[in-house]
Amino acid sequence: MPDAHLKVFRGDPATEGRFESYDVPVEEGMVVLDALHWIQGHEAPDLAVRWNCKAAKCGSCSAEVDGHPRLMCKTRLSDFDLEETITVEPMRAFPLVRDLVTDVSWNYEVNKTIQPFTPPADVPQEEWRWQQEDIERVQEYRKCIECFLCQDVCHVLRNHETERPFMGPRYLVRAAGLEMHPIDVADRREYLKDSGGVGFCNITKCCTEVCPEHIRITDNAIIPLKERVADAYYDPIQIVWRRLRGGSGGSGERVELPVLQGSPPQGGPPPAAMPPAGTHTAGPPPPTDEAPD
Amino acid sequence: MAEFKTHAHDVLVIGAGGAGLRAAIEAKTAGADVGLVCKSLLGKAHTVMAEGGMAAAMGHVAPADSWQVHFRDTMVGGKLINNPTMAQLHATEAPDRVRELEAWGAIFDRTPDGRILQRPFGGHTHARLAHVGDRTGLEMIRTLQDRAVALGIQVYMECTVIRLISTVDGVRGAFGYWRTTGRPVAFSAKATVLATGGIGKAYTVTSNSWEYSGDGQALAYEAGAELIDMEFVQFHPTGMVWPPGVRGLLVTEAVRGEGGILRNALGERFMWKYLPDDRRTEYAETDEEATRWVTALSRGQDTDARRPPELSTRDNVARAIYTEVKEGRGSPHGGVFLDISYLPAEHVKRKLPSMYEQFKELADVDITRGPMEVGPTTHYMMGGIRVDAATGETTVPGLFAAGEVAAGLHGANRLGGNSLSDLLVFGARTGAAAAKRAASVAGSPYLDPVQVQGANVALAAPLERSEGEDAYAIHRDLQEMMGRLVGIFRVEAELDEAIRELAELRKRWGVVRATGGRAYNPGWNLVFELGNLLTVSEAIARSARQRTESRGAHSRLDYPATDDATWGGRNSTVARAVDGSMTVKATPLPTMSDELRGLLGSVH
Repeated sequence: MPDAHLKVFRGDPATEGRFESYDVPVEEGMVVLDALHWIQGHEAPDLAVRWNCKAAKCGSCSAEVDGHPRLMCKTRLSDFDLEETITVEPMRAFPLVRDLVTDVSWNYEVNKTIQPFTPPADVPQEEWRWQQEDIERVQEYRKCIECFLCQDVCHVLRNHETERPFMGPRYLVRAAGLEMHPIDVADRREYLKDSGGVGFCNITKCCTEVCPEHIRITDNAIIPLKERVADAYYDPIQIVWRRLRGGSGGSGERVELPVLQGSPPQGGPPPAAMPPAGTHTAGPPPPTDEAPD
Repeated sequence: MAEFKTHAHDVLVIGAGGAGLRAAIEAKTAGADVGLVCKSLLGKAHTVMAEGGMAAAMGHVAPADSWQVHFRDTMVGGKLINNPTMAQLHATEAPDRVRELEAWGAIFDRTPDGRILQRPFGGHTHARLAHVGDRTGLEMIRTLQDRAVALGIQVYMECTVIRLISTVDGVRGAFGYWRTTGRPVAFSAKATVLATGGIGKAYTVTSNSWEYSGDGQALAYEAGAELIDMEFVQFHPTGMVWPPGVRGLLVTEAVRGEGGILRNALGERFMWKYLPDDRRTEYAETDEEATRWVTALSRGQDTDARRPPELSTRDNVARAIYTEVKEGRGSPHGGVFLDISYLPAEHVKRKLPSMYEQFKELADVDITRGPMEVGPTTHYMMGGIRVDAATGETTVPGLFAAGEVAAGLHGANRLGGNSLSDLLVFGARTGAAAAKRAASVAGSPYLDPVQVQGANVALAAPLERSEGEDAYAIHRDLQEMMGRLVGIFRVEAELDEAIRELAELRKRWGVVRATGGRAYNPGWNLVFELGNLLTVSEAIARSARQRTESRGAHSRLDYPATDDATWGGRNSTVARAVDGSMTVKATPLPTMSDELRGLLGSVH
């Protein structure tokens, strides 16, 4: 079999990024992550790649292959014309750590702001009886492997289109899984509207297209959440009802989300046709040795 | 010398898979200040790959099930050298731990009457595994992760511990480095819990991720703790064999649990030949009876049909597949065929969605239309750190262990589904015991600066050498050697050769060199993982050489029989001698109460 020609982004925030070329011997069934492991084992032992399971179950090896956000462990070399060079770059929405590794800690901070699962105090667990067909929608949300490709491709996050923070598709999916959990009693609508920024999503469905778990993010998670928020805050009957009840339906305390510090707006073409080699913009300095909080 | 910070906690948990998260949650709930350190991002630990389910005698599908039957299955599967108290605690507490996950938000598949559904698995008498399709591990880790976040547990992500810091009174903390920057970091703790998982990366063909490098086993051994049962490495019978890049990737036992049939190149259903005589009556007599069992299962009905021969224990099925291939009846790529395509396609996709996806995406095989090719893959370490059954405390004060890194529950062979429940039951117990220990320690622990500086020097050394081999080459040679000499079937001469080659590899490792800088440098990081793998590989080889019999996952061609007179009720025990060399001896199994013995007697 012929060699594959890879062009891999190398660099860190302190140095100017560059693309290095590698020729990798191809075996049948090989994926992009195999090719990077070959490069580590034979040519560049310090090539930084984040990965774990190599089975599309952990969501660690997200990157942009020829401009497309992909899990490298399920991107097969046989899907490419091996005469052509395959370009591998880090996710662009997040600050660079080194080579193909980005700082995705912002996602974990956003996650902390979502009110956790809240079962009712007065229904004993023995009485939690659910039919399989009634939980399948929630199980779909819970298939998420947190690869953050949906966050990476979301133009609201990627291009920093809002001044207010936006939680992004991943955490709208998580919120949907909680809001539609058969026994959860919390009300996250005010949070979704005011803090999470559900209104910023304009349903371009880029997130759905890149989801390796095939979660129908836009149709099944985001649109139902938008409808719930609209029903609560923009439906005149609901507004009257809320006034009568004398409350907003939420906690009244606004939760502040962190703002994603990433590459500045590129203003360039969409992800499928990224800027040419060497234009990766360095993010802020890498994490210090301070404990993550 | 690089500067570093020291973080102080009551309880330090190293590893954030199922056991580490569950331990951290329990310790935090008990009032301890908890630090949780993990090598990867939170939620990416190996638990996420678990597929089939967690075993718990809840009796939702088979009302006849009970903790007593689960205890017996576990002991029989482990060839009776399990720690009986651990097997009892596990069987009695697993149902509550599963219900607790549901109370924290997990959504398991349901029975027709709306309760948690349970599926059959190899070696389990009854349908016992609570599950979510074939992604149970993801559901479990996400639920625990959410719980840990809700409790505000301090998590140190992408941080690797390379040494435990001790005094004569026991472990006082740990030293490691941040993967993203390469800078060192220290932790002081009143109690330390190891929950670092297994050792699969000692072998080339494995279902395990890069994280499984025997870190906890080696850290504990270096700190003076005893390891037991290290000869018992589980080779899962069904890993992918093709294409080469995915060789070893797990094919869940749930495929067989849902009715998957194993056949050789001649089309023979070969498992009929390999059922052990003393367990023969637990399995179907004919294809027709096995089919009746599968039909009843897919309709959610109870049946008097007995389970198919493919649901024999993992050690037995792995040996059977290995033997079929070795005797020339293998598939084109050196495995055997596993077929579930005779069931309706929609049923297969619903029950095994990630297997469907995995084969379609990575091997161009549609498992609803044709068979998979599968073969054995290194999957799980039954052995590990010796712990107290009730508390998870090791033989070193202040040091605890839970999950795969600990030993005792599974004996010579683990049943599928008993791992996830192990993580929960003993994660919780260990977290509680560690919090209790921490509460009894006054003041902040003192980290011996000499040990810390020693660890800091060792951390920098590979980067400072101007010449030397890189770690990848030594790792490849180790993996190749372990597969060749310490694999499914073992003989004394080969184990002796393995011990000799390990000494050579250790010498090469001693002068290993890493190029590049400290920030996210996998070639440098691998040096420390490789050192741990060399230690556990030696423990495996020496324990395997000592046990002159075949039992469970340990198969000796030169001692093919199980020798109860010599080896029944005895564990191999590995410890470090004063001169630094590795010693191995046989120690008696903890005694079993008459009540438990009676439970075993009823099936013999």
